[in-house]
Amino acid sequence: MPFRFGHMLGIEPLSAEEILFLLDQSKPFQEIQRHPLKKLATLRGKTVALAFFEPSTRTRISFATAAARLGADQMNLQAESSSLKKGESLLDTVRTLDAMKPDCIVMRHSSSGAPDFVSRNLPLPVINAGDGTHEHPTQALLDALTIRDRRGTLDGLNVTILGDILHSRVARSNIHLLSKFGCHITLCGPPMWVPREIECLATAGSAVRRVTRINEALENADVVMTLRVQQERLHEPALSIDEYILQYQLTPERLRLAKPDALVMHPGPMVRGLEIDPAVADGPQSCVLEQVTNGLAVRMALLFLIIGAETSSERDSSHAAD
Amino acid sequence: MRIVEKTQLMTATEIDRTVQRLAHEIVEKSGGTSNLALIGIRRRGVPLAKRIAQAMRGIDGVDVPVGILDITLYRDDLSKVAAQPVLQSSDIPFTVDDKDLVLVDDVLYTGRTIRAAMNGLFDLGRPKRVRLCVLIERGHRELPIEASFIGRGVQTSDTEIIEVRLNEIDQEERVVLVERVP
Repeated sequence: MPFRFGHMLGIEPLSAEEILFLLDQSKPFQEIQRHPLKKLATLRGKTVALAFFEPSTRTRISFATAAARLGADQMNLQAESSSLKKGESLLDTVRTLDAMKPDCIVMRHSSSGAPDFVSRNLPLPVINAGDGTHEHPTQALLDALTIRDRRGTLDGLNVTILGDILHSRVARSNIHLLSKFGCHITLCGPPMWVPREIECLATAGSAVRRVTRINEALENADVVMTLRVQQERLHEPALSIDEYILQYQLTPERLRLAKPDALVMHPGPMVRGLEIDPAVADGPQSCVLEQVTNGLAVRMALLFLIIGAETSSERDSSHAAD
Repeated sequence: MRIVEKTQLMTATEIDRTVQRLAHEIVEKSGGTSNLALIGIRRRGVPLAKRIAQAMRGIDGVDVPVGILDITLYRDDLSKVAAQPVLQSSDIPFTVDDKDLVLVDDVLYTGRTIRAAMNGLFDLGRPKRVRLCVLIERGHRELPIEASFIGRGVQTSDTEIIEVRLNEIDQEERVVLVERVP
């Protein structure tokens, strides 16, 4: 019955059962965040390499805290100070890390597929902490945990994702995950950010629709996910910030079109007054901070499962289950 | 390798009588049930703790709180067990600070489970006192841990296994001694 996870490269190859197993295994770690003493010794003597080839604050701190609370040690590689700047190849960098004998590597990279590449070249479990515009699996898992806690289920929910879908690995991982549970997914944003091809991401049988008018997108939603608008991307085809705010900002008035108890989520970092009105961000429907806490639980569960499985038996090379 | 049943150590009736006696003993030695709480260790300590609490209600008319502790994260042998255990939630709906706690488990063997349970408990707070109650004590300790309340002591060899089977988990009710034969 229990599944084994050799790597965590993305949500796409996982089954709904594997996802539910991961969410269930995150529950005990949610409790630990409420303990007066949050440090365990479960992974004492193990080392987690955090290789962030792209700047990251919250995901890196979350993984570092998750490792620390399990009693594991860390190796830290940060893009700004790494030898990549001196011309070393990705493979050489991770081989060097591997030579210091970590038990697992958590990596973020600006190129889609980089963690997959590393996983095929190193005898070490790899956890994808975000790669290019491909996937950010732990974000989708923590979002799913938050939704399931609040709603009791993931099945068949109406989920609206707002913003720059095209460049968002968070959106991709969430579309993969939610479509496995038959969610009705509505994508909404400026047309250049919501390409038709994105519909193919959903599992067959699940509905993904693209909508350009926000009022239509929010109607009857159980969950509203807002994405960060990267201001540098606003220049691509010209769209002014003011125009984006006018057309796509999640405001209290617009949120009223969703179900009365609809959840408002944001993966962070959140730009108040741009993609989201402060009154919504701080409102009773917002679960933004709950998402952050759940991120710790999901990442602790993954490290526990991957490093624990690694030491207890021979590892299989994929995400395959027993 | 086969596992053969050697003897039955306890019948359903005997388990019930023993649970009743343990409940009386705990109440007696604690001078009542105020401030007392039971912590069942997953898995079979949980139904045992609930039964003891129910028996105490009959003795003292008081509901003694029962908590559930999963010790998976506190084990020292994670890398040695073949299949990684599935984590389950602990559920201790009261503060353990200054409580008079009784840990409840089915079998006391090496003492490592109890060591793990105490680590888990102390992450939750600072109990006033912790005692241990087991249905079966079978020797072979690897740590300086002893039970305060014992259902039955059994002499065993280390190739033998004691299986406590309880209705709530195993759909049968008895304690058996089994042995691994090559």
